[in-house]
Amino acid sequence: MKLDSKIPQGSISDKWTSYKSSVPLVNPANKRNLNIIVVGTGLAGASAAATLAEMGYQVSAFCFQDSPRRAHSIAAQGGINAAKNYQNDGDSVYRLFYDTIKGGDYRSREGNVHRLAEVSTNIIDQCVAQGVPFAREYGGTLSNRSFGGTQVQRTFYAAGQTGQQLLLGAYSALERQVGIGNVKMFARHEMIEVVTIEGKARGIIARNLETGQLERHFAHAVLLCTGGYGNVFYLSTNAMGSNVTAAWKAHRAGAVFGNPCFTQIHPTCIPVSGHYQSKLTLMSESLRNDGRIWVPKKQGDDRHPNDIPEEERDYYLERRYPAFGNLVPRDIASRAAKERCDAGHGVGPSKMAVYLDFKYNMMNKYGKEEASKKGIKNPSDQILLELGRDVIKGKYGNLFDMYKQITDENPYEVPMRIYPAVHYTMGGLWVDYELMTTVPGLYALGEANFSEHGANRLGASALMQGLADGYFVIPYTIGNYLSKEIHTKPISTDHEEFVKAENKAQARINHFLTINGKRSVESYHRELGLIMWNKCGMARNEKGLKEAISEIQALREDFYKNVKVPGSADEFNPELDKAGRVADFLELGELMCLDALHRNESCGGHFREEFQTEEGEALRDDEQYKCVFAWELKGENNWELHREELNYENIKIQQRSYK
Amino acid sequence: MGNSMKINLQVWRQKNAKTEGRFETYQVNASPDMSFLEMFDVLNEELIEDGKEPVAFDHDCREGICGMCSMVINGRPHGPKQAVTTCQLHMRSFNDGDTVVVEPWRANAFPVVKDLSVNRSAFDRIISSGGFVSVNTGNAVDANSILISKEVADTAFESAMCIGCGACVSACKNASAMLFVGAKVTQLSALPQGQPERESRVVAMVNQMDAEGFGACTNTGACAAECPKEIPLSVIATLNREYYKAKLNGK
Amino acid sequence: MFYTNGNAFQLLNLQTFILTKRYKYMGVLSFLFSSSLGRKLIMAVTGISLIAFLLVHCLINATVFFNDGGKTFNEAAEFMAHNWFIRTTEILLFVGLLLHIIQGIYLVFDNRKKRSAKYSGKAGNANSTWYSRSMGLLGSIVLIFLVLHLKHFWVVSRFEIPHGLNDENLFAEMVAVFENPIAVIVYVIGCFGLTYHLMHGFGSAFQTFGINHKSYTPFINSVGMAFSFVIPLIFAAIPVVMHLGLIK
Repeated sequence: MKLDSKIPQGSISDKWTSYKSSVPLVNPANKRNLNIIVVGTGLAGASAAATLAEMGYQVSAFCFQDSPRRAHSIAAQGGINAAKNYQNDGDSVYRLFYDTIKGGDYRSREGNVHRLAEVSTNIIDQCVAQGVPFAREYGGTLSNRSFGGTQVQRTFYAAGQTGQQLLLGAYSALERQVGIGNVKMFARHEMIEVVTIEGKARGIIARNLETGQLERHFAHAVLLCTGGYGNVFYLSTNAMGSNVTAAWKAHRAGAVFGNPCFTQIHPTCIPVSGHYQSKLTLMSESLRNDGRIWVPKKQGDDRHPNDIPEEERDYYLERRYPAFGNLVPRDIASRAAKERCDAGHGVGPSKMAVYLDFKYNMMNKYGKEEASKKGIKNPSDQILLELGRDVIKGKYGNLFDMYKQITDENPYEVPMRIYPAVHYTMGGLWVDYELMTTVPGLYALGEANFSEHGANRLGASALMQGLADGYFVIPYTIGNYLSKEIHTKPISTDHEEFVKAENKAQARINHFLTINGKRSVESYHRELGLIMWNKCGMARNEKGLKEAISEIQALREDFYKNVKVPGSADEFNPELDKAGRVADFLELGELMCLDALHRNESCGGHFREEFQTEEGEALRDDEQYKCVFAWELKGENNWELHREELNYENIKIQQRSYK
Repeated sequence: MGNSMKINLQVWRQKNAKTEGRFETYQVNASPDMSFLEMFDVLNEELIEDGKEPVAFDHDCREGICGMCSMVINGRPHGPKQAVTTCQLHMRSFNDGDTVVVEPWRANAFPVVKDLSVNRSAFDRIISSGGFVSVNTGNAVDANSILISKEVADTAFESAMCIGCGACVSACKNASAMLFVGAKVTQLSALPQGQPERESRVVAMVNQMDAEGFGACTNTGACAAECPKEIPLSVIATLNREYYKAKLNGK
Repeated sequence: MFYTNGNAFQLLNLQTFILTKRYKYMGVLSFLFSSSLGRKLIMAVTGISLIAFLLVHCLINATVFFNDGGKTFNEAAEFMAHNWFIRTTEILLFVGLLLHIIQGIYLVFDNRKKRSAKYSGKAGNANSTWYSRSMGLLGSIVLIFLVLHLKHFWVVSRFEIPHGLNDENLFAEMVAVFENPIAVIVYVIGCFGLTYHLMHGFGSAFQTFGINHKSYTPFINSVGMAFSFVIPLIFAAIPVVMHLGLIK
């Protein structure tokens, strides 16, 4: 197989413009006869489904949740980047492009990333037009804030609920099309097979989760907008239902999987509190605008944080990275936290946490500002603290409340305890410039694909990518494929490939139900997660990865002997749904370890302990690994590695430094 | 941490919408730091081990934003605490030995799917009847060309925080969806972008709300009191005002 | 549609049937009977009218406290009985009252249908006041009282004066009626029902009109609360003091 990324010719800033002007179009009459399936209704899925329907295509949209509005994009907190330069601080499309490539540690495609930066501005316009209530200044203009890995303010936000507001915008556009009749919505439906006919994606087998019924759906093209696979780690900031199943079935149907081991570990999450823990909760990166991260200088210091004097605190990010300080990119902040905890400086009951402290900025930044606004002369510390607290409350109130609710500690009084947690997967289905996988007619959008973030994603860029793909990229690129499909009449779902796919799915479901073992699906998931976290998590090494592979293989074998799936196939049965998802995670986990094992370098979120600088920073090997690893499934648990070389013509690659 | 508490659970079990349901009693050992849903995870693990059928309940993000979790706990949607969803409710809000009654949202417009899980697609249909701004992708002008005062933006945001969980319906003695509809109408009628469809929107949404079989509002205020996102009762007043204005204009 | 079964609720659909299906010419106003918000508007408009009536009624009744043998009161009553404007308003008021009752009953029964399976756990007053949830019951208490009250005084004043010493001595009629302790108790209970009915109804009407603003809603609610206590208190005091013979 030869991977062709189909990057258009021309200078970087002209590629997308010239592509758009020359891509074949489908005329309105023909659009009405073309069916498109969109799986997943998060930012990428909802925006794609709505936009394609607006254009006149016949769209069927699927989500496993009870409503398209609940997709996990809704939980994104901090914001969305766009190169608007509204703050007049020197931002530009090129700078956003540059920051994203550098943030991704030079492992993403120039062409895709530049396009992303170009359309970023349109996204904000579109969302505002839909009525998304972004934060505003008193004069009525949009407000911005900073995020990690950048030195400009380009992040648009709606308090700590930006993802929610953007998704509800896309959801309302989607529901509008449902009302008009251009989108058929299938909620509580899970895609469990891709159907290919003569090498092209022609539909899916979906399971109605409410009734257990298997359904066949035909389409001229299938879009997977099914998010990331962070839940392979069991504990992550993903929703409980987030899964890899759709992407994995596509992989099994021939789609190549790109950079599976590139996982983002988010530095600021609430630490694990007990063995029953089911998920981890993120504390938005935006908190690092005003919170300072520290640990006690003394190892195993058990004093209450407020009793540890200033000179005995180690603000290790500010110490190590003076230029970016607390706002270094996520991979760096996470690794630094792990390094401090491993060195015995961790805090809290588990000693696996660091402090995120707002007191300094409450007093010295906001407190003083407010005091001076109010004309208070020589304010006491107490007054400064109170004034500053109100400002902090206004900016992050809901996050502070959430922290208190979960930990029963008041973050206005005591520093937050945080620790890194799995958050996002940069890897995903390999796609070309048109977002098409290696299966013709099968596309992957948003987090489900591998493309724009390289080895590390910058904060507030996931929302940008999801919406860029859905609103502004796929509506153009899909034309190139569908313009050649206008003569394809709808294929009957009685076609043998549909029958075969359904039988396969049915057999798998029956198999789960008949194993009748002793262990719950959840227990396997938890065990897999532990293997992944310990051996394919924030730091990886050859020995660990090899062990992990054999442990996962053994676990998978045991799963198919000993798992207990209660209930039946013809009813609402969440345990059965989970069984299918965990079975896929058990295969994916192995591939992730394999990928990590083959990448003998450290880059972004992928940190191989064998490859680091003397200062403990990631050591890239651009000679050998300036490429995408794309894995093709050749048989059960047998993969062939393809490489897509990455060319940097517009950016000079260098050692990534935030010092 | 570590100190365990015994909870007596009375959980509503119902195979599907067509069958009758009943309460079953279970005892669970919980930890005060667990979330209410994690306590259900523990219960389900035990049920599966005992070869019994686990309790079906809706949940997804477990951080209070997706709006999927939906349990009526001791007669109150999302349990006894103010401004939290069930997934953010922790067992420290209960005492060792407490008996806790857990039921699904009960409203004819939200038929039971199974056990504690209900079908809330009526909400989607209400949004689909008018809860949007009709602006196709690509039609937008520069974002800063629409100036919106901070007050208006804040009002819109306050009502846009609705997570569509349905606690308002479940709390209301009339199973009315006015808070949900009011929140969306308030958001869009406050913003300049929502003006062109302002009147047709509110009429369409109210018609759909009635057609879905939600009850009429009698202003008891239970919805706002139980709303996990603290959507204020004033959105219902706004909805009323918007609707009457539209009607008197012949919409 | 209202033949399908014989329960009371179905009969109420008659009103919907007549007003929405047949009298289409109502046009723009048909929503008052077809949409949940329209019905609410009727409740609020008629409710506020009745509140206005209560105020006038109460002011007139309060004249008995002059303790002038009913002189002022009788003059006022006579004015009310013969003024053409008042008489016309009275008709409107009766129509309003009727609508308030019919819509109220409809809403109570229709709303009840929206939740077939009831909750087993009880929220108590955790999220709303008991009286706001019991407007149907409170309204019924007021209605029962009202029937009796109309029979005691309105019918009498308009059609017959059995105890009449002179032509229209309504005061004497009051003295006579309130000699009976049972009547006094019924009136006091009626006033209790009215208090709670008003405690919710007053503010609720404004909310229905869409008047809810953080700067004046607290004021409206305070006025509502004061009204709900003071007016029924005055009403209830009259039979009590008359029964005790403090006013003659």
